[in-house]
Amino acid sequence: MSRVPGRSSTALLAVILAACAAAYGVVAGCSSGTDRGGGGTPNGQSGAGKAASNEPVVIGHYGSLTGAQATFGISTSQGIRLAIKQANATGGINGRPITLREYDTKGDAREAGSVVTRLCTNDKVVAVLGEVASGLSLAGAPVCQEFGVPMITPSSTNPRVTVVGDMISRVCFIDPFQGLVCAKFAYEHRKARKVAMLYDQAAPYSTGLAEEFRGAFEKLGGTIATSQTYAEGDPDFNAQLTTIRSAEPDIIFVPGYYTDVANIAMQARKLGITAPLLGGDGWDSTKLTEIGGPAIEGSYYSNHYSQQDPSPTVQKFIATYKAEFGSTPDGLAALGYDAALLLFDAMKRSPSLGGKDLAAAIATSKDFHGVTGTITIDADRNAVKPAVMLEVKGGAPTYVTTIAP
Amino acid sequence: MDDSNNLAPTRSAVLRNVTLPVAGAVALGLLMQLVVGPASGPYATRLMLDVGVAIIAAVSLNIINGYTGQFSVGHAAFIAAGGYVAGSFTYYCSLLWWGEYAKHGGFLGMGEWLFFCSCLLGGFGAAALGWLVGLPSLRLRGDYLAIVTLGFGEILRVLLQNTNRQIFDAEQLRDATWRQLVPPPLGGAQGFSDVPKYTNLFWMYLMVAVTLFVAVRLKISSTGRAFLSIREDEIAAEAMGVDITRLKVRAFIVAAFFAGIAGGLFAHQSGTVIRPIDAGFQRSFEIVIMVVLGGLGSISGVTLAAVILTLLPALLLDFAQYRMILYALLLILLMIFRPQGLLGVKELWDFARPWRRGGTRT
Amino acid sequence: MDDFLQTLMTAVSVGSLYALIALGYTMVYGVLKFINFAHSDVVVLGAWFSFTLATWFLPQMGIDPAAAPWWAACGVLFFAMLACGGVGFLIERLAYRPLRRAPRLNVLITAIGVSLLLQNVGQLQFDLGAGLRLPFGTQPQGMPRLVPDVALNDAAVARGVAGEGGSSSTLVLEHPAVLESGRSYRAVVYRDNGAVERARITSSTGTYGAGAVMSLGSSLTRPPDGSVYVIRRLARVPIAMIDVVIVVTAGGLMVLLNLLVYRSKLGMAMRAVSFNTDTAALMGIPVDRVISFTFVLGAMLAAAAGFLYAIKYTTLQQPAHAGWVLLGLKAFVAAVVGGIGNIQGAVLGGFLIAFIEQFGAVYVSSDLRDISVFAVLILVLLVRPTGVLGSPSCEKV
Repeated sequence: MSRVPGRSSTALLAVILAACAAAYGVVAGCSSGTDRGGGGTPNGQSGAGKAASNEPVVIGHYGSLTGAQATFGISTSQGIRLAIKQANATGGINGRPITLREYDTKGDAREAGSVVTRLCTNDKVVAVLGEVASGLSLAGAPVCQEFGVPMITPSSTNPRVTVVGDMISRVCFIDPFQGLVCAKFAYEHRKARKVAMLYDQAAPYSTGLAEEFRGAFEKLGGTIATSQTYAEGDPDFNAQLTTIRSAEPDIIFVPGYYTDVANIAMQARKLGITAPLLGGDGWDSTKLTEIGGPAIEGSYYSNHYSQQDPSPTVQKFIATYKAEFGSTPDGLAALGYDAALLLFDAMKRSPSLGGKDLAAAIATSKDFHGVTGTITIDADRNAVKPAVMLEVKGGAPTYVTTIAP
Repeated sequence: MDDSNNLAPTRSAVLRNVTLPVAGAVALGLLMQLVVGPASGPYATRLMLDVGVAIIAAVSLNIINGYTGQFSVGHAAFIAAGGYVAGSFTYYCSLLWWGEYAKHGGFLGMGEWLFFCSCLLGGFGAAALGWLVGLPSLRLRGDYLAIVTLGFGEILRVLLQNTNRQIFDAEQLRDATWRQLVPPPLGGAQGFSDVPKYTNLFWMYLMVAVTLFVAVRLKISSTGRAFLSIREDEIAAEAMGVDITRLKVRAFIVAAFFAGIAGGLFAHQSGTVIRPIDAGFQRSFEIVIMVVLGGLGSISGVTLAAVILTLLPALLLDFAQYRMILYALLLILLMIFRPQGLLGVKELWDFARPWRRGGTRT
Repeated sequence: MDDFLQTLMTAVSVGSLYALIALGYTMVYGVLKFINFAHSDVVVLGAWFSFTLATWFLPQMGIDPAAAPWWAACGVLFFAMLACGGVGFLIERLAYRPLRRAPRLNVLITAIGVSLLLQNVGQLQFDLGAGLRLPFGTQPQGMPRLVPDVALNDAAVARGVAGEGGSSSTLVLEHPAVLESGRSYRAVVYRDNGAVERARITSSTGTYGAGAVMSLGSSLTRPPDGSVYVIRRLARVPIAMIDVVIVVTAGGLMVLLNLLVYRSKLGMAMRAVSFNTDTAALMGIPVDRVISFTFVLGAMLAAAAGFLYAIKYTTLQQPAHAGWVLLGLKAFVAAVVGGIGNIQGAVLGGFLIAFIEQFGAVYVSSDLRDISVFAVLILVLLVRPTGVLGSPSCEKV
């Protein structure tokens, strides 16, 4: 090991120590400053109410902007940004513009808890949006609850997320509902009796939906012929599909994300499996058909809305999103957009922007017309909305039927 | 050296080795909890907790990689094992005894003592795993040992993914069938959530102080010198009568114990969920980086690196997509311009030369 | 039996990919004695460079990527290898060479840093004009099929000229055809302009007479009226063209590498550096240049693996996706199981890991697929501490 002369070592060490101390000081300084400003209550702005006229309303978003889950975080972020842009163009919240504080979680639960703490205390956000992954929302939600800041998760489907407390709500389905919808569709609509499952054992979304589907489908009287798993991003499904082929299922339930499903469909067709695939809202992206091509034709998935829905809300969203970001929005972008709009709607109705009032306003949202359906928040602060079943036909998801909660 | 020869510890030895350190650790914990925490606000508190976990993790890995010169990249597996054991113990005990998993009792109340016991249990659980992972070190060296420890971590990750779903209700827990309990209900890929949030600055820095104290004492004990001799030259050490096989495994066990405690503290922290991915090798790398950056074997250097590398991503938050690029660049540059680590093999106090030079400790 | 043969096919094809990637790990280890954790990210670069070349460069040259001639695919492979070779050279020159005399652990950490850097830079995306967007962004992309999606052992069961009156998703038969139960069929339509279109037949099993209408699983560009059609019965165990291409390309590259290492002067220099760097330097071997060359070679093999991966699976995950990490990890495990630093060992390890993984998933459980890989790793190393073909290390006293 090469030795560095003692003096320069000491100097360097001193510099590093000083930098370290400065860093700690910055971090500590910021937060102590806000605490004093808060006047004793953790949520200082609650008293301010609507009096401050043109001060921006700050909302927070935490999501995976880097790392393995970045695909989902960035889509959600773009949806939220679009919603803010549109809301600001039409006068913001009672004349106050909306600004966004956004932090990256790297898809790491520790980071999620840490940045949400920063949003709630240092940045004094009025409300928090996020995360996509339930595992990360479960880390962020208790923090929001503790500091009395309302949180809306756009797309965490695990039922536990909103159980955390009255500050937490969501605009997406929960796993049991979507599992039931898929099971009903398979059993009643497709008359399937024997189903094979193929799901991602590393993804909570996928395992959650698979479990709920299994329960619901067996209750209806069907059988799960075989249940296979893969690990996130595994490119090769031949082994699992070979087993599935031997089981001769009527339908294959694949509750994964579109990033994997197209690949699964192609390999299934190559093996001569003709049974249709069935999935959940994780499929919703134009990438599904773009990559899957003919292989994904004739497969079904449940979703919040149909992109072919002629309603102006949906069409306007898709058109403006395309103009803004140059790509077709996926389901997560639509949910991020809706979460933001539902929040703005509640802000306008709420007597003040304090945590309690705002959370109550969010919880009483009723028949809110979003892109992803007409949303009513129920007593458990979950979104109640019907699911639509879509079939991939001619390279586009086509409406088949609506299944009500 | 005379400590090990004295079978009946003298009063002063007890004072020096147990009473004073424990008192110091409690004092540090109380200082952090009652003065530093309230003065610096919730976000800084949160970061200090993260830093605490990182310090315990890095300092304990330093025992394997730094003192003994073995190469383990499975440390996250010990942390996760400890976290799962401690978290599930507190959670299910709370559910059985108090009927709910919410926090029970205030500062130093019943709940916190349950939490303390859980952390110790987590430490023992991780130590058992450490023994298992340490066994191959008897046969394997260098990179081959590294890949095996990595393999153990990945196996644990996949096993945790295949556990049963968590039980959220006391009634349901009492009536659980064996199919719900085998494999254990640790939440599978969802992670194990809703662990009561007992971790605070007091417990965290109490444990940090204990870990640091043990690490320092270990380094200058006869066992520690034997560890160092294995690092410097395994064959020479063996020739001098050092029982290499026993000591290597012992290094793994001790390190895993403290990693398990770090895991326990992590699992009970507010705003975290312990997930299978926490056992994965990427998390292990983070800790290896801390150890190498701090200087292999240097306790103070590793502590410093743990502080810096935990705060760095938080300081870079405003760079959004660019922050990990900056982080990676800094890492590469640090390695190129400071290849021996922040402090090399030295300790912080070695720099305060005039008083320490030449003074050997007994 | 079908299952067994199918699994065998998959294992051979996946094993070739693992072997190619494992070679890169093992070669770098051979000369520098450290694990190049950024290697899997070079594979990712290779795949994404291939994608950019195929979707941007080929159309610029007036070639439709969906119906590219075979030499276009070779061109894409060549340029992707060239680009990755360049990146490999830069990585070695800028990140690893300054650490030549530092402890190996530091180089390892630097490699992790480089890996993080490549992943996160790869996730950015800027519009460079003319439809070129680089780097690669966070969305998955579909790679064009540069190799036709056909199996070599499909059986043609009926052919004829498609009758009038169909739509773009139906086929009117000229001659009778029989669809057996339990098999799948595909219609191939040959257009006058030379284009070939394929679609799955979704009609139920049974006998269809002349003039019967069959429904197709996906739409053709227009009704097949008047075009020649062939109905092919898919084999139960398809031998896909792409798998043959992969095995042949990977095998060819391995043979070339073997010739290079064992039959050329440069290869001799590489082996000398691997054996003892200092002695090699004293013997007049330009050590730095040889190490650079080894890196470039490893990166080029990685690029080839990335290219083959891209055209086999056609779904390209974003650069930081967990799938790439897992791919790299398994290839690395393969290199270690085979005996890291040993070229034959890497190939053997690649196939060994693929066989265990694939057969384990079919005949044991897909839940425990990754466990089986790592369990084998641990068992092999406990029995042979330096891998199957690794030379036992003997430390001098």
